[in-house]
Amino acid sequence: MTRVLIVGAGPAGIRAAAELAGAGLRPVVVDEGARAGGQIYRRPPEMFSRPAKVLYGSEAGKAGALHGLFDALLAEDRVDYLPNRTVVGLSDGVAHLVGPEIGERCTFDRLILATGAMDRVAPVPGWQAAGVYTLGAAQIALKAQGVALGRRIVLAGSGPLLTLVAAQLLKAGADVAAVLDTAPLATQMRGGLKMALARPGVTARGLMLRARLGRRFRAGVSLERIETGPSGPKALHWYDAAGRSHTTTCDTVALGWHLRAETALADLAGSAFDWSETWAQWLPRTDVEGRAADGLYLAGDGLRILGADGAELAGRVAARACLADLGLSTDPAAQSRDLKRLRKMRRFAEGVASAFPWPAQMVRDLPDETVLCRCEGVTAGELRDTVPLSGPDANRVKSLGRVGMGRCQGRYCQLAAAELISETTRLSSAEVGRLRAQPPVRPAPVAALVSDHDED
Amino acid sequence: MSRVNAAGEKGRLIRLAESDRAPLPFYLDGVERQAMQGDTVLTAVLLSAGGLRSAEFGLEKRAGFCLMGACQDCWMWQEDGPRIRACSTPLKAGMRLLTDPPKTWPGELP
Ligand code: FES
Repeated sequence: MTRVLIVGAGPAGIRAAAELAGAGLRPVVVDEGARAGGQIYRRPPEMFSRPAKVLYGSEAGKAGALHGLFDALLAEDRVDYLPNRTVVGLSDGVAHLVGPEIGERCTFDRLILATGAMDRVAPVPGWQAAGVYTLGAAQIALKAQGVALGRRIVLAGSGPLLTLVAAQLLKAGADVAAVLDTAPLATQMRGGLKMALARPGVTARGLMLRARLGRRFRAGVSLERIETGPSGPKALHWYDAAGRSHTTTCDTVALGWHLRAETALADLAGSAFDWSETWAQWLPRTDVEGRAADGLYLAGDGLRILGADGAELAGRVAARACLADLGLSTDPAAQSRDLKRLRKMRRFAEGVASAFPWPAQMVRDLPDETVLCRCEGVTAGELRDTVPLSGPDANRVKSLGRVGMGRCQGRYCQLAAAELISETTRLSSAEVGRLRAQPPVRPAPVAALVSDHDED
Repeated sequence: MSRVNAAGEKGRLIRLAESDRAPLPFYLDGVERQAMQGDTVLTAVLLSAGGLRSAEFGLEKRAGFCLMGACQDCWMWQEDGPRIRACSTPLKAGMRLLTDPPKTWPGELP
């Protein structure tokens, strides 16, 4: 039987698995998590007791349906589920895994990548301190562990997650000192109009959450710096929309400017990429059904940041494309229905992207001493000094300036680095180019690599 | 819920929910600590300490960043056995965790 490997068990991966299993295939699902669900519908460990309504709010029904769907596939033994594993490399029909077993690998005929997204982060002076996190981290800590990342938290950045995390933390009893959105209100309203036209209900829910934040929420701010001491953040210094300076004391800062697609495996698997002005990031190129290359399909936020509902649709759509390519029968009516819904999701998502933009000017204005790469401590000034020597290509800047060489492999600094390169060279981000992914896409224990080496 | 550890250092995290789980003892730099079943290593350590380890660059401590396995900021050492990614490793009873590499540690960070 044809072996289809699905990487990721969030909304897209689960829907793809169900679609394939429904057609009689037995997909293999590799998941970094311990229990299927992904990030937004992440399930806490078994011994936790908060009900779904508390964990997922208005989305509890959808979360429950997805978890139930996957649990049923497992109970009926219709999928091979490999949790707690990361795919770190891909070579000719073999995925190299890091997990509980050393040197584990998994062969496949076709590959569906549903790798999701991460926070899109911009550097703020002081962000290298312990006690500065991503917005996603604040949400995971609360949802999966029932903890707040600090005693007095400032959330800053832009995007739906900013409001959502703030509302969830407040509801759970955390002390949220301020919620600072760098997108000006006028920008948010323009994008919000597109959002409301595509999905009025979802847009209204976002506004209601926002209202709960009261005077903590400020739009159109600019972040000056995180003041830090030996034990982490002490305050965030920022300017309001009118240019007045403010200082908010805190011991924790969480940052995020909407999301960035996790594309390292798509890159290794041979997908082409295009610079997207809308999403201000490099995104894989596929056809409307998610075909990226021969036998390679992409779905969910790792392809386009459409959110969980869009990811469910994209997972089904990519799985049907895979089935059709295998000559198996699919339901064309269902496919065109889902494609139509996806177009609506996309209009909404483009509204979100324009309402909560990447803070390009803030990054360009970063003082030279700002740490750009949290992993290796490379500063904005060092990068600016490297560019005249290396030329504008992101990969050359990386090898000469060590930006993007650290443990996160550029996940959290490459967009800011590209912004600074384009500031220095006056080239567009598209011209600066994309940092290519290299295996292992996440640092692997030496043993996993050694065993690869032995057999090669 | 302010806890102060032996060194007089406050923990970074605070529990907001799910606080009636079974206790789980572990060791941080040789000192016994209490956490709960279902805690990750990161949660357990940061409830009573300010960091997971010292940074390789600069003076800052490291306390994790993404909590989703993407940044690799949260590696910690154990007295024996492999280094672990604290945000995605469940705590096990009796784990012996270190904020600095053991004397015998040969390698570099990834
Ligand atoms: S905190 Fe980012 S990998 Fe653990």
